[in-house]
Amino acid sequence: MSVVDESLDQAARDTTARLRFDGLSMVFPDGTHALEDISFSVAPGEFTTVVGPSGCGKSTLLRIASGLERGYTGGCDVDRDSIGYVFQDATLLPWRTVQRNVELNAELHHVDKDERQRRAAKAIELVNLTGHEDKYPKQLSGGMKMRCSLARSLVLNPGVFLFDEPFGALDEITREFLNNELLRLFALEKFAALFITHSIAEAVFLSTRVLVMSARPGRIIGDYEVPFGAERPHDLRFEPAFAELCGRINDDLKGAHA
Amino acid sequence: MTTVDDVGSATALPEAAIDDETGAPATRVAPVKRAGDGFLGRFLPPAIMFAIFIGVWYLYSTLAFDQAFQRRNALPYPHEVVVDGFLPLWDPRQGTREIMGYMWPTIKVTLLGLGISIVVGVCIAVVMNMSRYFERAIFPYAVVAQTVPVLAITPLLTQVFGDKLGVRLAVVFLIAVFPIITNTLFGLQSTDRLHHDLFTLNKAGRWTRLWKLELPTALPALMTGIRIASGLAVIGAIVADFFFNQGDKGIGFFIRVRQQKAADRPDMLAGTITASLFGVVMFLIVGAITARAIRDWHDSANHG
Repeated sequence: MSVVDESLDQAARDTTARLRFDGLSMVFPDGTHALEDISFSVAPGEFTTVVGPSGCGKSTLLRIASGLERGYTGGCDVDRDSIGYVFQDATLLPWRTVQRNVELNAELHHVDKDERQRRAAKAIELVNLTGHEDKYPKQLSGGMKMRCSLARSLVLNPGVFLFDEPFGALDEITREFLNNELLRLFALEKFAALFITHSIAEAVFLSTRVLVMSARPGRIIGDYEVPFGAERPHDLRFEPAFAELCGRINDDLKGAHA
Repeated sequence: MTTVDDVGSATALPEAAIDDETGAPATRVAPVKRAGDGFLGRFLPPAIMFAIFIGVWYLYSTLAFDQAFQRRNALPYPHEVVVDGFLPLWDPRQGTREIMGYMWPTIKVTLLGLGISIVVGVCIAVVMNMSRYFERAIFPYAVVAQTVPVLAITPLLTQVFGDKLGVRLAVVFLIAVFPIITNTLFGLQSTDRLHHDLFTLNKAGRWTRLWKLELPTALPALMTGIRIASGLAVIGAIVADFFFNQGDKGIGFFIRVRQQKAADRPDMLAGTITASLFGVVMFLIVGAITARAIRDWHDSANHG
């Protein structure tokens, strides 16, 4: 299901992009001007992160990309056949075990039982939750819940992965471990990732590209290619180059609040 | 709580291990052994209350009436209730066996009526949850079902439902359905917005959403509704016996015909006590089913 603005210059298009915004704007019915003229695209193997102040419309952007939010103007072209969406909260169903939670998306897509059990087992292994299949969410720590949520999305082999501040509620140490896990998954699965966060360090550590969004109405006011390769050791965070890039993004964000 | 599993597993993940070190949200809390959880702590307080209750009963029966025949007419001693009401245990014509004979129809009406209330009540709540308009259309009448003085409209009920089992079930239904509807509706409407988004993203239809998301979410609230309704259903079944003479007569009938003569008062109280105990048993059974149904995943299930 795609929405394509026909007036756009065909040649300017990145034909491999799985997700593309062209001059996207969003005004809610109550008059809130959430987004203005957002244009960028994400191809497979690209990990794009949007950072911005609270309430700048980052989440709205993600909801539009996923199809949960409509009523925007401009172009939004997303390959929604296989979309992964990770919420701020793990959103596990408390009455289902880890195994049955991970199966949920496949189940709702009518994948037959044997096949979805097989895929779920693989996804659970990918996020290192093997051995916890029969536990209920209330028996899991915050980080384990989030990994279960990740596994649930992985089961459908999404080409586009949307992340709505998934680690925001976790403590720093858990968050950093999950960042490493996510990088590992990204290297394996090569999806197109759009990640939302308000943590600059998290954005730089995970991404191939970081976009800075202004306060409402959200516009892109900064665009950074992240020069670090696919291999990102834990202590990359303490390299001068890493700090320098974070500093520049931070300067942009200060301007965003003004 | 996750230590053994996490550290022991071959794929042991740094993050899970860290959870233990930092004491980060370990959610599974072992039941704490509190003071008063022992046998005495559990059963002594209610036993003392029972003794006090019986004592007050004797005191009142003794002091409130000048002459024995007055007392016997108004409030027999507890031991008279036992000897003349409950004993003998195994004579179909009198005592406990006679009372139990009258209990069976009451139990049948209670369970059937409660079953109908649950099925119909949940269906009504599901319909109300489908649209705000349905909710607005139905809710006032659900309230009326609760508030209408059922006893005042018994002639009408007899007209519609006959004077046997049907009308008894109608009375139970009218009294018991309201808490089912309101609790279920509340439960359905408490469904997490993000859970709804999750189902929307996976293109789930209305019935899938109802069956796999909304009804499980509503289950704890529904069980609370059933618990309230179970007590009301017992009262409904007994009250119905006071007004309808046909069909299988229940414990309400037994109580009613023994209100007149002083000699029957111990019987009357024995029947009343038995009926109350039945209400308590219903309450406990529903509580046990609830705990069984949600103990694995719902927070409330840990406080039993």
